[in-house]
Amino acid sequence: MTQKTRPSAGETAPEREISPEKRLEMYRLQVLLRQAEQRAYDLFLENKIKGTSHLSLGQEAVAAGTAAAMRPGDLSFCTYRGHAHTLARGVPVEKVLGELMGRDNGLMRGKGGSMHLTSVEHGVMGSYAIVGAHLPIACGAAWRAQYKGDSDVSVCFFGDGATNIGAFHEALNFAACRKLPVVFVCENNLYMEYTPITEVTAVTHPGADRASAYGLERIVIDGNDADVVYLTLSKAFARARAGEGPSLIECLTYRHSGHSRADPAKYRPPGELDRWKERDPVSIYRKRLEAEGVPGATLDAIEAQVRRVVDDATKACEAAPSTSEDILFTDVYADGGCSWRN
Amino acid sequence: MAQLTYREAVARGIAQEMARDENVVLLGEDVAKAGGVFKATVGLFEQFGPKRVLDTPISEQAILGAAMGAAMTGLRPIAEIMFADFLGVCYDYIANEFPKTRYMSNGQVSCPLVVRCGNGGGARFGAQHSQSVENWCMQFPGLKVVSPSSPVDVIGLLAAAVRDPDPVVFLEHKSLYAVKGEVPDGEILDTLGTARILRPGRDATILALGMMVPRSLQAAEALQAKYGISCEVIDVRSLVPLDTQCILGSVARTGRVFTVEENPRQLGWGSELVSIIADEAFYDLDGPAVRITTPNIPLPAADALEDLAIPSVDRIVGMIHRSLTA
Repeated sequence: MTQKTRPSAGETAPEREISPEKRLEMYRLQVLLRQAEQRAYDLFLENKIKGTSHLSLGQEAVAAGTAAAMRPGDLSFCTYRGHAHTLARGVPVEKVLGELMGRDNGLMRGKGGSMHLTSVEHGVMGSYAIVGAHLPIACGAAWRAQYKGDSDVSVCFFGDGATNIGAFHEALNFAACRKLPVVFVCENNLYMEYTPITEVTAVTHPGADRASAYGLERIVIDGNDADVVYLTLSKAFARARAGEGPSLIECLTYRHSGHSRADPAKYRPPGELDRWKERDPVSIYRKRLEAEGVPGATLDAIEAQVRRVVDDATKACEAAPSTSEDILFTDVYADGGCSWRN
Repeated sequence: MAQLTYREAVARGIAQEMARDENVVLLGEDVAKAGGVFKATVGLFEQFGPKRVLDTPISEQAILGAAMGAAMTGLRPIAEIMFADFLGVCYDYIANEFPKTRYMSNGQVSCPLVVRCGNGGGARFGAQHSQSVENWCMQFPGLKVVSPSSPVDVIGLLAAAVRDPDPVVFLEHKSLYAVKGEVPDGEILDTLGTARILRPGRDATILALGMMVPRSLQAAEALQAKYGISCEVIDVRSLVPLDTQCILGSVARTGRVFTVEENPRQLGWGSELVSIIADEAFYDLDGPAVRITTPNIPLPAADALEDLAIPSVDRIVGMIHRSLTA
């Protein structure tokens, strides 16, 4: 098990061929996700965000690399740890923070909250808080694309813990049988909530080691390297668009914070977090770009620009009114209301 | 006009909707080549082909999840969960996913799909293949629940369910599949949320659903013939939305109400209806509202025991007669 908790460079190393613009965009995205999540954490400490939250600090490369490989029209299905994936598709920070804060400017005006971020106009078809439930749902969206002859791909993000629930296996089998254009992205951050995933799973790699059961290629990658994520996902999207069916990609990563707001993550062995922070996706990406000749000033400017965006969004949310009481009874049924009887 | 069985009506209703709208698709276990274990989807695979009529693995979560994803993105899926009891293995979609997505997304996402199930007892299948699960479904804001009792209602309500923008659980009664009824030619489209008075009466209102509808009609006849008691029989048809006006109007006329429910007594659908009546029609009542139900037991398999458990015509007659003459 100690081997598994060591930062890993993954097992599948794709070729590197990414445009400079794309790489700057992935850097900007990772910085945005990092800063927005840190802001969400700070707002919790200030009690301006209630309820719970599941942060993606440390897992930014998966969201950024995947989003950068997606086309407009592709669909994202996220989990309760979905802030990063939602933001990575271009949903404004203000909308996400507003939703977390229960403000009227929120993405769903406060009706969904942190665990259910949804923005159909950005292709974010929901964040699902019942573990595993959205894998079959992503299959359904992919089935529609296949049925209609559309080229969009559905991407389904889930944690290592979801690989042990029945819906995971039902979805993988269904998707593989029907060659559906869906990409399953397993973010293996080593812990299912509070328990090390290896303690409760019969195989070493909870996602990839199950792939062969569904006739799929075994893919384990370094989920802290946005380039690797981008290239691997690009290949999976091309495969899906070509009618060659689903892919299951296990991304090795690590969450810097606990499972949720309530979790100080004391179960982690001493030094583990520090080792993973040495492979922090945002800083290794910056170092790589600098080593390849991108001026530090360019990267500083990106960080400053993101800082302004997050600060402005925070101010806008703090100034926004609480969510309006008149929406309590709306949109239960398609007629806009909640009446179930005449 | 034609004589159709209830199971033939299911296939005809689905065919009507699939012919009307190419976004309507059907999926479920054995629904395509085999025509369904209850033979309720016979001929659809031959008529509409493998792209629109899908045999699935035994994966109820995949069936309902895939139906939901397809519905959210533009299709109009009809998903079959073979026995209604099996909703237990995919209950997350019924309880947490279908009914909540519109609300949680502040109206961004719709989930227009139909889940068809073989519901109810009488087939000697035992406790896990015989249940009446309407009360499993009617408690979730956002979900609609329909259960037809005749072939013509099967077609009309199924068409309405398919065209409805909200998720609908459509409970077909297993013991009615062989029952025949008159069905007019041409398109049939009914309205969700409408109950139907099948027999007018003066002395008492009987509220029934599914297989309890024909039994209640027989009971009403017997009560009239034996005791001169005139019962109004209402086929509730749609639990959500509920036609409260029809029900309260009838109770106001008769002054007495009986529910005839196949589900076990505890929190059966009638408890909600009786609660509404107690709240809104209390002063119309001349006596207690009485629920005639399956007792609070798992359904046994043996015919003699199952017949004792599910309300029979004799039990309905006896309870109504006793209650009205007490």
